Amino acid sequence: MPPQKVGAETRIVQFTNCRILRGHTLLREDLWIRGGRILDPEKLFFEEKRSADEQRDCEGHILAPGFIDVQINGGFGVDFSLPSEDVGSGIALVAKNLLAYGVTSFCPTLVTSPPDIYHKVLPQIIVRNGSSQGAGVLGVHLEGPFISHEKRGAHPESHLRTFETDAFQELLKTYGSLDNVAIITLAPELRRSYEVIREITSRGICVSVGHSVSHLREAEEAVQNGATFITHLFNAMLPFHHRDPGIVGLLTSDQIPPGRQVFFGMIADGIHTNPAALRIAHRAHPKGLVLVTDAIPALGLGNGRHTLGQQDVEVDGLTCCVAGTKTLCGSVAPLDACVRHFLHATGCSVEMALEAATLHPAQLLGIEKQKGTLDFGSDADFVVLDDSLNVKATYIAGELVWQDKTLSH
Amino acid sequence: MRLVILDNYDLASEWAAKYICNRIIQFKPGQDRYFTLGLPTGLPRNHPESYHSYMWNNFFKHIDIDPNNAHILDGNATDLQAECDAFEKKIEEAGGIDLFVGGIGPDGHIAFNEPGSSLVSRTRLKTLAMDTILANAKYFDGDLSKVPTMALTVGVGTVMDAREVMILITGAHKAFALYKAIEEGVNHMWTVSAFQQHPRTIFVCDEDATLELRVKTVKYFKGLMHVHNKLVDPLYSMKEEN
Repeated sequence: MPPQKVGAETRIVQFTNCRILRGHTLLREDLWIRGGRILDPEKLFFEEKRSADEQRDCEGHILAPGFIDVQINGGFGVDFSLPSEDVGSGIALVAKNLLAYGVTSFCPTLVTSPPDIYHKVLPQIIVRNGSSQGAGVLGVHLEGPFISHEKRGAHPESHLRTFETDAFQELLKTYGSLDNVAIITLAPELRRSYEVIREITSRGICVSVGHSVSHLREAEEAVQNGATFITHLFNAMLPFHHRDPGIVGLLTSDQIPPGRQVFFGMIADGIHTNPAALRIAHRAHPKGLVLVTDAIPALGLGNGRHTLGQQDVEVDGLTCCVAGTKTLCGSVAPLDACVRHFLHATGCSVEMALEAATLHPAQLLGIEKQKGTLDFGSDADFVVLDDSLNVKATYIAGELVWQDKTLSH
Repeated sequence: MRLVILDNYDLASEWAAKYICNRIIQFKPGQDRYFTLGLPTGLPRNHPESYHSYMWNNFFKHIDIDPNNAHILDGNATDLQAECDAFEKKIEEAGGIDLFVGGIGPDGHIAFNEPGSSLVSRTRLKTLAMDTILANAKYFDGDLSKVPTMALTVGVGTVMDAREVMILITGAHKAFALYKAIEEGVNHMWTVSAFQQHPRTIFVCDEDATLELRVKTVKYFKGLMHVHNKLVDPLYSMKEEN
């Protein structure tokens, strides 16, 4: 934890004239912060008999939990999968720039790479809290190399692997260390995947099914063995078929173990998913929808040619393809833009749209007590939004870490 | 007494709010001059429908009162009688209550001073009458077993000591109690009747609450509305003055 300023621990700030997202609704309530956490003002009033040290007028804006992006490959010229001597700087640069998009926590994502790159890069990425320096790192999302050849998408063919030889040990040898890993995407139709899934989840790491040609039965079995996420639904998997819904069928499967639910990532940039498909997925299982960017290094840079892992990619507007092909390979739409697009495309409530980028990813990672909500006691990572859900200011641990130039305070 | 009759619940509430506002402004409170507002009390803390939560959500969180100036009887105190005595002492130390605002129960009680309460009673622990428990059931999902049966309450005498008393009564189910309180004699079975002997009482009610009163009474007081409405004419705003 970065050291607090003296007196910051006890300083109470009250955000007034705002609507906050709490209990799945937008309430006309004030938000109270102390020591980097959300404070219960009723307890403060009756038990401590204290009032706020400072009041900040939010001009009628919406206060939502900070956005969480669980799939982002880089941005602003930084490629997380590129082996460098100073991966930390790249992470820091992205973390800092993400604040303008309202993202307060993220999972740097590594695409399919050879073992030596994992061994070089992974030890340099550490789970850390956000601060004025940038969004927090929740852990790495390892997308590949244990994925389907047919559905590899933009992932390099030569580095795909299977579990044949040594199952979990194979995985461990490939990655080197799982210390700061939060999510692993794999294809459950690979032989011995179920035992690997059990081993991974027993270590508290989330398993996601994706880049796969598995049928519904195999996907359900993966879930029964511990998988809880679907990587970018519809993309890099068999299309929905009414007699074999494939992975998409998990949204309405009745084979999910009781007390658990399946979350699914959606890239709502208007390109990776047709709005009608987005609506179908949302209506089938609204509580499981997690908005992700799957952003590539070109995020924030504009049109042109950039790298992604071992490949070259071409960016034109919001579309990015593997250079020379029409294969989509990630997006350059920031997460707040995805939230707005999701809201318009589905016509869902503002609360639902916001929860898809906050509460749901937090629930996926099992951190909803600290992140993803504005409940009393949780970390004070939040964003100030106008009614169109444009980010006006970003706060981490109660400190202002970014603000739009038009905002007065 | 003054009897102010408004058309409905919302208008009665608004009138009462404006009146209280004006009384505070006229008092000219300041650093060393506090306006002491009394409100009825009761219920244990930290219950979803606790009086503390109710007061926080409906009153305290909307205003900028210093928490040290908000005194609520603590139903969780170890020695309840001592808690009540201390409360009486706090009122005395604050210089007495300037305005006490209360409601009336269907059985004519003020605060939790159930029928039979002494008209000179002080703050104490009371066992609630069935009528009151039934009336409160709506705050506990209609489950009678969940409604608290005991409550700490200010006494009739405590309220009588206030310099001014305002009683709010709305709804037809309170009509009979209002009749008993103002058109019959002073009686400890209808404890609100004690205020007939208070020099400054004002009853604010809606049409429905007057259903059991004599037409003559209602006509008289309605005829005085032009006088009553002067009491809620907007005064200067204290913020602007400062």
